[in-house]
Amino acid sequence: MLNAVIKATGYVLAHTPDMVMENGTTQTTEKVVNPNSEYLKQLPSHLRTYEQAVAYLPNQTYIGNMTPDELGEYEQPWYPHTAAKSERFGKFGEIMPEDEFYLLMQACDVFELVYLEENFVAATIEKFKAHPLMREDIIARINSGVSAETVEHFVNEEGAEPLAMNGKTVGYIKRAHDVDGNLSAHVMLENLVSKASNVLAILHLIKNAGIDPADVDYVIDCAEEACGDMNQRGGGNFAKAAAEIAGLSGASGSDVRAFCAAPAHAVIEAASLVKAGTYRNVVVCAGGCTAKLGMNGKDHVKKDMPILEDVIGGFAVLISENDGINPEIDNTVCGRHTVGTGSSPQAVITSLVANPLDKNGLKIPDIDKYAVEMQNPDITKPAGAGDVPAANYKMIAALAVKRGELERKDVATFGNTHGMVGWAPTQGHIPSGVPYLGFAREQLLAGDIEKAMIIGKGSLFLGRMTNLFDGVSFVVRKNSGKHEETAVSDDKIRKMIAEAFRGFAQDMLAEQE
Amino acid sequence: MDLENQKRVKEFAEEYGPENVVVILGAAEGEGAGLAAETVTNGDPTFAGPLTGVQLGLSVYHICEEEIKAEVDPAIYEEQVGMMEMVLDVDDISSEMKDIREQYCKY
Repeated sequence: MLNAVIKATGYVLAHTPDMVMENGTTQTTEKVVNPNSEYLKQLPSHLRTYEQAVAYLPNQTYIGNMTPDELGEYEQPWYPHTAAKSERFGKFGEIMPEDEFYLLMQACDVFELVYLEENFVAATIEKFKAHPLMREDIIARINSGVSAETVEHFVNEEGAEPLAMNGKTVGYIKRAHDVDGNLSAHVMLENLVSKASNVLAILHLIKNAGIDPADVDYVIDCAEEACGDMNQRGGGNFAKAAAEIAGLSGASGSDVRAFCAAPAHAVIEAASLVKAGTYRNVVVCAGGCTAKLGMNGKDHVKKDMPILEDVIGGFAVLISENDGINPEIDNTVCGRHTVGTGSSPQAVITSLVANPLDKNGLKIPDIDKYAVEMQNPDITKPAGAGDVPAANYKMIAALAVKRGELERKDVATFGNTHGMVGWAPTQGHIPSGVPYLGFAREQLLAGDIEKAMIIGKGSLFLGRMTNLFDGVSFVVRKNSGKHEETAVSDDKIRKMIAEAFRGFAQDMLAEQE
Repeated sequence: MDLENQKRVKEFAEEYGPENVVVILGAAEGEGAGLAAETVTNGDPTFAGPLTGVQLGLSVYHICEEEIKAEVDPAIYEEQVGMMEMVLDVDDISSEMKDIREQYCKY
């Protein structure tokens, strides 16, 4: 059995400043607790334009127009800078504007829940049609729209969630059930945003992979939302729902949930499914979450910064059978935070980093690059949460010192050599190790690095089911050059056995003679 | 500080008496530690949680401060906190914590 490979990646953002106001939980909580607060008054003037969000260095890094190393060369904070290459599309994906994203949400709605005002549709549809990845059947899912009066009625009288553009309501999402809170307008909005951003990521992935969408066998969604009704609240299958719209007609799928650790869990599962021969092409993907928009907004406004958490994130990775070229997911080097591991940072890092390396005779500095929680420090530092990747690299380095694998003086610089600056939006599962897979694939293909470790960590306590921490890790390495066709196939084994028997029989005959 | 944690701290202070409660923090840097310490002494500075305007004045320390380290079995401390002690800016955290205690701690 050969290792599965990372064949392609897709990374997308949708700039949704109005959703910051309408759907980010920091803001919706504030509207309940303190509706006349200074924060709510000041916030609109801190929202960025689409052009500003596109020109933002970490966003350009996320879609692949600059590398993490290039981002690291800019002095922090990054928000005052403008990217040299400030474009909507990058080699991994794109940054979609809010108006087009609303149309995509409608295209992803199969239960007639998303309604857009007719003039808004008329003003946006041509842009949407011009999108290089929107197929005819996706465009055909957009309807011509409803009157402004209808929008007003449903938002004011029927408990619909408004969809706004520059502060003006241009549509709504209606509830999918009159009583069931699991199908409320609020939940449907969160789920449709997750689905739409996931679909967009898959569309880019398929383009980047250059494969027939029908060749995808299985999809694993690893986002953080739950879909279902009051009788099966987390019933699920965002994966298959997104696959349908993205045109993956040959795929089934399922959802993996593990908070921010889910993408790493999902990649390990996908790689194992492919290595076992169960499926040939598995997509691991996730859409983003509206709840986290403007999560640290109070600190950003207080420090007179723009609201940097104004984008929904999505990603998709294609994991395929070994082609002898693309980087391999080595699932013999797999770290696990177990039930018995304990929750101290030391125990966590030992279980995720040191233990799997020990099993394979490797030392911490033998891994060229570690991808940890790649949160953008521009967002977290002003909120008092520090530089998350940098803190993780220091922890890995300190563990290496304790194990005698690194000099103490090298702790401070370990992150520069074996790590990167963070560039991912604070969308929970989105920053967790996987934003690096696109760059890792390129660096491994180019021979710049030999091995990278991807680490996903999750805070399970948030669900109030356990106080346990969670995390898993895996290693991606340069392809060894063997691939399925050159490996010994069943046919070849049968031929070899047949030849051996023939030889044996001939020897016997010769002896008898 | 997480709203749920604020609620729990408040409940513990009511149940056992604020003079009998010590809060031990594990925040990764001085500013975050200071904000959490302020929350359990002078009230939630972000005006979002149950401790908004509630001045509990609790004793509050960071796990890396000498006062707490001295209370813990050195072998266990080394096993559980040793690595983080190497990583964190302990001086910055300690000075931030001391500041908050001097200003707002009642016990």
